[in-house]
Amino acid sequence: MIRDHFKVLVVNLSSGKGQVVRLGGRSTEIGGSGLAALLFSKYGLADRPWDDPQQPVIFAIGPLTGYFPLMSKTVCSFKSPYHDQYTESHAGGRSALALRFADLDALVIVGRSEELCCVTVGSRALDIKNVSFMRGMEMDESGKLLRGMSTGSGHRSILRIGPAGENGAAMSCINVDTYRHFGRLGGGAALGVKNCKGIIIHGDAVFSQPDNTEYPKLFTRVYQQVTATDMMKKYHNLGTPANLQTLNDIDSLPWRNLQATSDPAISRINGERFAVDTLLRNSACSGCPVGCIHVGCVREMFNANHRYTFKQVSYDYEMIFSLGTMLGVTDTRGVLNILDEMEKAGLDAMSGGVALAWATEAVEKGILSEKETSVPLSFGDDKAYQQATRLLGSGSSVFYRLLGQGSLKAAAVYGGEDFACVLGQEMAGYATGEVFFTAQSLGFRHSHLDSGGYSYDQKHSDQDLQGVIDFLIEDEAGRAFMTSMVSCLFARGVYKDELLADCLSAVGYNSIAANIDKAGAHIQKLRWQTRIATGFTPEAITIPKRFFKVKTWKGAIDPAYLNTLKDGYGKAIITLAGAE
Amino acid sequence: MKKLTAPKIDRCIGCHSCSLACARLVHKQLSWDTAGIRIKSSGGLTTGFTANHCLACDPAPCADACPTGAFSRRKGGGVVVKKKLCIHCGDCVAACPIDAIFQESSGAVYVCIHCGRCVDFCPHNCLEMETVKSIEKMEESA
Repeated sequence: MIRDHFKVLVVNLSSGKGQVVRLGGRSTEIGGSGLAALLFSKYGLADRPWDDPQQPVIFAIGPLTGYFPLMSKTVCSFKSPYHDQYTESHAGGRSALALRFADLDALVIVGRSEELCCVTVGSRALDIKNVSFMRGMEMDESGKLLRGMSTGSGHRSILRIGPAGENGAAMSCINVDTYRHFGRLGGGAALGVKNCKGIIIHGDAVFSQPDNTEYPKLFTRVYQQVTATDMMKKYHNLGTPANLQTLNDIDSLPWRNLQATSDPAISRINGERFAVDTLLRNSACSGCPVGCIHVGCVREMFNANHRYTFKQVSYDYEMIFSLGTMLGVTDTRGVLNILDEMEKAGLDAMSGGVALAWATEAVEKGILSEKETSVPLSFGDDKAYQQATRLLGSGSSVFYRLLGQGSLKAAAVYGGEDFACVLGQEMAGYATGEVFFTAQSLGFRHSHLDSGGYSYDQKHSDQDLQGVIDFLIEDEAGRAFMTSMVSCLFARGVYKDELLADCLSAVGYNSIAANIDKAGAHIQKLRWQTRIATGFTPEAITIPKRFFKVKTWKGAIDPAYLNTLKDGYGKAIITLAGAE
Repeated sequence: MKKLTAPKIDRCIGCHSCSLACARLVHKQLSWDTAGIRIKSSGGLTTGFTANHCLACDPAPCADACPTGAFSRRKGGGVVVKKKLCIHCGDCVAACPIDAIFQESSGAVYVCIHCGRCVDFCPHNCLEMETVKSIEKMEESA
């Protein structure tokens, strides 16, 4: 629905009632990231902890969601259990179009249900069901049950959390339609603390098309661009795992808790190997014809009499890094088996893998023993990691509950902070150099997608302090606009400002089209102000020593440059937020 | 006479581009529902997808059930739709054996008219327009 305001449904789990709210700011906050920050300023409690029942969990889409290809993602924002500050996580699946067709620009969940519950929303529905029988239920099983309990197959989105979210793990995720996730920074626990096991969004509204001939023509042009050219090929061929070989070749792929950045064993788990050995099929987010979701298959003989079961697990670059190279597991089946356990537990597979890598090195160094880890962890032992994942997800001991809050939380108790691979949160798979280490450490959501630091490192070997800071700030502003639209960031090569302006104008959002130049920087500032209000200070984030010992294609990390860059970027963030 | 078929639906990735194209190009709407072809999982996303669309029954039971002539038999199977004659009774929906007709809350009904405009929007070429005649020949030769 094209409208000059935001339509938001606020569901209060304490009262069991919802409220439809009309909110201004369409031309300035736009949607997605901007709208989410605006909503947090209205419903969030900056000075109260993340688990206060009144803290909101916000799901927001953008003005072009459903109207154009790859405008197919949702921004989820909340106060993170990981650092108790404001954050975002992004996911696709059917969530974005389901919200569009539920006739909502955003869904806000506040309050806490007395019983474990599932919220159902649609354009003409709001229902909160008691699902106490799902307590502790794994992600796949709860997904099956929720499907059976609701109607609208194909035209709904089912979000749910696993045991890790119910247990308050700061690395728990929200699963979206089986193969996608609001993965990082503990969205699962943010819902879990509200006793919210699942959210079903029915996309049952019908809207008139924009009343002009230009819109369908422009849609077709964009569709042809994303399907008929090579522009998106890298995402639907081998997919993001193609980068494993690339990063390994330039000494930038973390191996065995970042003790190395390259290993010949990459040939056993690179993108080609996964495609040949395991790729079962592709899948897509609704509204995206690219189909970048790669679903791998593992067949397991569970009985000697040739009795088999099989698992379908969606894989990406980041999971193969965190559960493969980072854990020294160089077998595609092993990686997918650990990933399957992460999925069932409702853990963020990136954070979970990196945390287990730290634990493994801690065992090697004698800081931890089997007394804490319960299973003998050693690099390459995929079966032990499957067991450890179950223990981490269920929070089975003091050690695993601590580890579930983050590697540094566990290291603060047991030691080993120097080799915890944490850059604001557990690292993403890019040991590319000083620029990325700075960018993730201080990135708004500590994601490699906050800005193109990882890409910058791969193209520049010189040290240009101010040039890097300017690049990171400017690049983040552009991405803040894209995540307010909310476009898949894979489409940033297609949706240049001119095309975005055409798309916005074609559906009647002329005022947003005229404001693209300013909107990104405005939203960037708003997000940082929101985060700073919840406690962010750049000085509080330290880069562990391990990152200073990395060797990349550029040579050894320059500690002085890394420190200077981090200080400079931190100051630039504070300056742009006007928080000096 | 041609009809829409989905012979390679096993390749479907669930992007909904076909449904959205039908709603956009045929019905001038933005919707998952108001389309002649609708995609759903065949029992959860791990089991792939099915395309729900008119199979061009000949004679079409929905046309026979229509009391006002809004749906009439189409030569070669399926129906010719005259929206202005529709009284939103929903008898066609009840008559369809495969639930291929969608009725929205206003009462308006949506069914595939075998125009083929969705076909070009399938990124995996799951959909095809087939001539009804060739299908009959195959049946005869079999």
